[in-house]
Amino acid sequence: MDARTLDPIVTADRLAKVYKTSVAVEGISFALARGSITGLLGGNGAGKTTTIAMLMGLVTPTSGSVRVLGAEMPRERYRVLHRMNFESPYVEMPMRLTIRQNLTVFGMLYGVANLAARIAAIAAELELTDLLDRPTGKLSAGQKTRVSLAKALINTPDLLLLDEPTASLDPDTADWVRARLERYRDTHGATMLIASHNMAEVERLCERVIFMKRGRIEDDDTPARLLARYGRETLEEVFLDVARGRDRQPTR
Amino acid sequence: MSDVAQAFSFRRVGAMVLRYWYLLRSSFARLIELIYWPAVQMLMWGFLQTYLAGQGSRYAQAGGVLVGAVMLWDILFRGQLGFSISFLEEMYARNLGNLMISPLRAYEFVAALMIMSIVRLTIGIVPVTLMAIAFFGFNLWALGLALAAFFANLMLTGWAVGIFVSGLVLRNGLGAETFAWSIMFLFLPLTCVYYPVAVLPPWLQTAAWLLPPTYVFEGMRALLIDHTFRADLMVQAFALNIVLFSLAVFAFLALLASARRNGSLMQTGE
Repeated sequence: MDARTLDPIVTADRLAKVYKTSVAVEGISFALARGSITGLLGGNGAGKTTTIAMLMGLVTPTSGSVRVLGAEMPRERYRVLHRMNFESPYVEMPMRLTIRQNLTVFGMLYGVANLAARIAAIAAELELTDLLDRPTGKLSAGQKTRVSLAKALINTPDLLLLDEPTASLDPDTADWVRARLERYRDTHGATMLIASHNMAEVERLCERVIFMKRGRIEDDDTPARLLARYGRETLEEVFLDVARGRDRQPTR
Repeated sequence: MSDVAQAFSFRRVGAMVLRYWYLLRSSFARLIELIYWPAVQMLMWGFLQTYLAGQGSRYAQAGGVLVGAVMLWDILFRGQLGFSISFLEEMYARNLGNLMISPLRAYEFVAALMIMSIVRLTIGIVPVTLMAIAFFGFNLWALGLALAAFFANLMLTGWAVGIFVSGLVLRNGLGAETFAWSIMFLFLPLTCVYYPVAVLPPWLQTAAWLLPPTYVFEGMRALLIDHTFRADLMVQAFALNIVLFSLAVFAFLALLASARRNGSLMQTGE
């Protein structure tokens, strides 16, 4: 067994979420190893966003449990929220505030020490230095994504949750973002969970893929093993097999 | 461990106050809006009072009773609105998710909103009090310690209502936004801003005396008409405010917990 799996950063145990009229997540269990990058895949309504929301303490599970960095969520969330962060193009930064103002506010919320120096460093890393005093609402989509990423990295998180981090970006900018995420993991040993519909992104970044469908985990393995198991060339083909309920390759 | 048991962080409160201050100073229209309506209201009631005083009305002749009432009403209304608008800004900006996954505690968020309601009220009301002196010779500041008692009680009520409305919006999304703008107008007839409680039918008087601002407006009339400061009314208002504020905090926490159960925090739209 990989030593990292003995010390998981995230542990979900029979995690379930039932809303009034629908089952969003149906008793899933998984663990994320320290320093790993895991892709969370599935069609719309598969339960990915609800799962991530439960990891962040935004949604209370109906049953089961989830522990993040040793804290039970959402009950003990304030023990660990300063050590994690989240980025999604669907959660925006205040548009009227400049990048520097936004990073100052979030840096203070996360208790970042030497905040001015941290903002300067992260702006340099994400090529935002020349834009720092521009209102966030006046940036291009790619620049806004970089600002969201800067906010997500402001506290140097041990756990980074990403919801479609490169949605609506051109291929060049998307590739640039992926490279920064890889570099962050390599330099800080952070754990990442990425919900994405971009299979090329998942193949490049993730050493493990969890497929969800109708609130359940349909499959969970490395990209290479999944490709072999389904007898496919790409994860996109595997995605379609899982989404459409096609059987795996018979085990030889 | 409960939220309240955790350390309160002035830095996080400061971060949120700074966030709203950045927003306020970025928009000249937002600043003007703070002064515009209180000024219009004060001028309208001031001229009405001048007219009625000319017709021989003893009530209107009593030093600035209508102008004083409208300015105290604005403290109540703008106190609540200042709290609620700052909260709604997070909904409009789709920023609530970022805040809810940050280490910001609910009570720190509420503290920041309370501070911002005072900041917004100060920007809006201070110029209007100076206009009241210039136009009608009515000096609200001359009420001295009584004004402090009126202000404290009205702000507590405004915050209690603001906290409750914010909980409704957290739980139900922007569909509940209308309460932020309208709920305080229920207080307008019931708290007897412009007339004595005795005007109400007896059954409605009972309801009026359950609301802390009623004591403040009665106290203001006692001071301006009879030149008597009714400390007893202020104490009763404060006691009721403690109950109202506690209920509002309890309701807010219950609605927040309900929002976590129902997944409302993931959505910030309607």
